[in-house]
Amino acid sequence: MKTVIEFLKKALLLDLLEGLWITFRHQHPKNIYTEQYPITRPAIAERYRGAPRLNIHPVTNETLCIACDLCKIACPENLIVVGFVRDEKKRKQLTTFTYDLSRCMFCGLCEDACPVDALELTQDFELASYTRGGQIWDRQMLEEGPRPTEYRQ
Amino acid sequence: MSTAFDSSELVLNMGPQHPSTHGVLRVILKLDGERVTGTECVIGYMHRGVEKIAENRTYAMFAPYVDRMDYVSAVSNGLGYCLAVEKLMGITAPERSQVVRVVLTELNRIASHLLWLGTHALDIGAITPLFYTMREREEILKIFENYCGARLTTHAFRIGGLQYQLYAGFEDEVRAFCAMFPAKIDEYDRLLTGNRIWRDRLEGVGFLTIEDCKSLGVTGPMLRASGLAWDVRRALPYSGYENYEFDIPTGTRGDTLDRYLVRIEEMRQSVRIIEQAVARIPEGAIVARGMKVIKPPVGEAYVPIEAPKGELGYFIVSDGTIHPYRVRVRPPSFLNLQALDRMAKGALVADVVAIIGSIDCVMGEVDR
Repeated sequence: MKTVIEFLKKALLLDLLEGLWITFRHQHPKNIYTEQYPITRPAIAERYRGAPRLNIHPVTNETLCIACDLCKIACPENLIVVGFVRDEKKRKQLTTFTYDLSRCMFCGLCEDACPVDALELTQDFELASYTRGGQIWDRQMLEEGPRPTEYRQ
Repeated sequence: MSTAFDSSELVLNMGPQHPSTHGVLRVILKLDGERVTGTECVIGYMHRGVEKIAENRTYAMFAPYVDRMDYVSAVSNGLGYCLAVEKLMGITAPERSQVVRVVLTELNRIASHLLWLGTHALDIGAITPLFYTMREREEILKIFENYCGARLTTHAFRIGGLQYQLYAGFEDEVRAFCAMFPAKIDEYDRLLTGNRIWRDRLEGVGFLTIEDCKSLGVTGPMLRASGLAWDVRRALPYSGYENYEFDIPTGTRGDTLDRYLVRIEEMRQSVRIIEQAVARIPEGAIVARGMKVIKPPVGEAYVPIEAPKGELGYFIVSDGTIHPYRVRVRPPSFLNLQALDRMAKGALVADVVAIIGSIDCVMGEVDR
């Protein structure tokens, strides 16, 4: 009797049909997970570590960065260069800020090190550029975001 | 004069660009007809010198690099490294961070096993399970992204505890995953375990005895599939694993099918651990005191943890400065890969694909 059932199972391809049934059930629209990427934007987590940004004060438009160099010291890849001058009160004033994105591994240690929340890794994830030089972000790019690409014919 | 043509032995290169070698593993197969008479692994295509990099970085700086060794279970790597440095400094992470660490590492174990299951099935020829396992893995990666801001190379833990507080809704998301996931495991089970093709390809292929495992240093699901219930979480508990109830699934025959069944059962046990852990996340600090400068005293420490692939150990020698003097990683994949020759001898060429898949090696970890 047992061998007969075994044989029938084999002959009627029941194992195969069970698998096919599972696959078939996924045709249901609520089981479809395709994301139409450029049209619908993916939901990015609030803490996502993406493109860096150097925050400016929303009212005075002055940079929040105090040029303390802690982000540079914290960076494992040593890719941050902070330039500053001393004003008449001997206080540091930020002049340049260079961030080499091509070497960045988005570990977030610079963000953690920043004592004034000036440097922040944002939710922006589209970091492609046509040149290697485009991956090295200067202060203006860090404050305003990457400049839009210009297309020529 | 004898030439290569006199011998019936055929040497065949498998990889480093073979899709079933999961990265850049090159296996030199010695064949007699269709039978494998010997194998030789050529590794090092992805060598980045991570252990050497550690010597030029501070302890805190090196933490993101360990994520890039076994990149499918980055959280486990981070936990192993953090525990080793904590042992060196003689501190323990606060209770709250320990429980959160358990939740995240167990989620990562499931994510790693899901990726393994999908790709292993893909190697055997079943394409569909990959899409289902990726779908469930996505839920875990979303939790990681919400918690620490990255999906794969998470850098979730810091030495002495955690960097990030839990976000609002973390417990609910984890509970929702735990409620949804066991039914999905049953689905994979129905899809694969009873499948005749799957069984014929895996049953009786790549036997490994307990003695083989012991002599080769094979750990993790491969060792448990051979029948020895050795789990670092039970044998040498860390991060409070002694407080959780879970079973150690073991196999009986030690073949490729057993390794598959053990990993499937491990995912169920991980769900059990997560459910227990998420119910008891205590309030309190998330990072130990005095973690501003990490400067361990002179000494050395070895900490093994149970990574998804086996025993992952970090051996760190400190000379009293802020840089480690030496970091040695005991990667589970590297030692498990050694068993390939023992398993593949006498098997068919097509079985080698199944055997490599059942090792679950990640080349980033083998080469480091």
